[in-house]
Amino acid sequence: MNVLYFAWVRERIGLPREEVASEAATVAELVDELVAREERYAAAFADRSALRVALDQELSDFDAPLAGVREVAFFPPMTGG
Amino acid sequence: MRIRVQEAPFDLGAEVNRFTAAQADMGAVVSFTGVVRGGGGTLRHMEIEHYPGMTESALRDISEQACARWSLGDVLVIHRYGRLAPGAQIMMVATASRHRKDAFEAAEFLMDYLKSRAPFWKREVTEDGAAWVAARDEDEAALTRW
Repeated sequence: MNVLYFAWVRERIGLPREEVASEAATVAELVDELVAREERYAAAFADRSALRVALDQELSDFDAPLAGVREVAFFPPMTGG
Repeated sequence: MRIRVQEAPFDLGAEVNRFTAAQADMGAVVSFTGVVRGGGGTLRHMEIEHYPGMTESALRDISEQACARWSLGDVLVIHRYGRLAPGAQIMMVATASRHRKDAFEAAEFLMDYLKSRAPFWKREVTEDGAAWVAARDEDEAALTRW
């Protein structure tokens, strides 16, 4: 699946998007896999309550299943307007 | 209903005039414009990042909710991204209705939702460096009144 990062999440991880091969069943499991990879992921996901997630461009949550999802995005709370 | 996400500036007066002229039988047009604050002169510029694709669908979804909830003739949302100087116009919403209450309330609703449900992130660049603008608790709390 395609994983996207925005704002300071993008900065901490050091890239805006990447293709991730994962068997994770939920968003939380995907985050666990990413965090186990490298320190920069652990730094980005250190406080999950400070993060939001969108699945196929719809806001979702960390318990959500990933079955059929093509695009996952992680970002801080939005500051539009 | 029109949604525009763009880097270029917009002409607020021309947008409001065009929006108003296109209405039939609407007695009220409300518009709101968000402007980059100067930060007491320390702000060099603001940068706005967004999530192309999701931004447009989120703005459309929020506007559809407003149209379902209030009796509106039309809704216009323009939101910029990229680098913005102090004093620059960041975004605008306009709503039209037969009577003013619907237009006022819908504009407030749009602004409240747009602040914390449309995927934009602001970063302020000052003389001391750059920092992401943190979401405010009261912006999230503002949604509960709807």
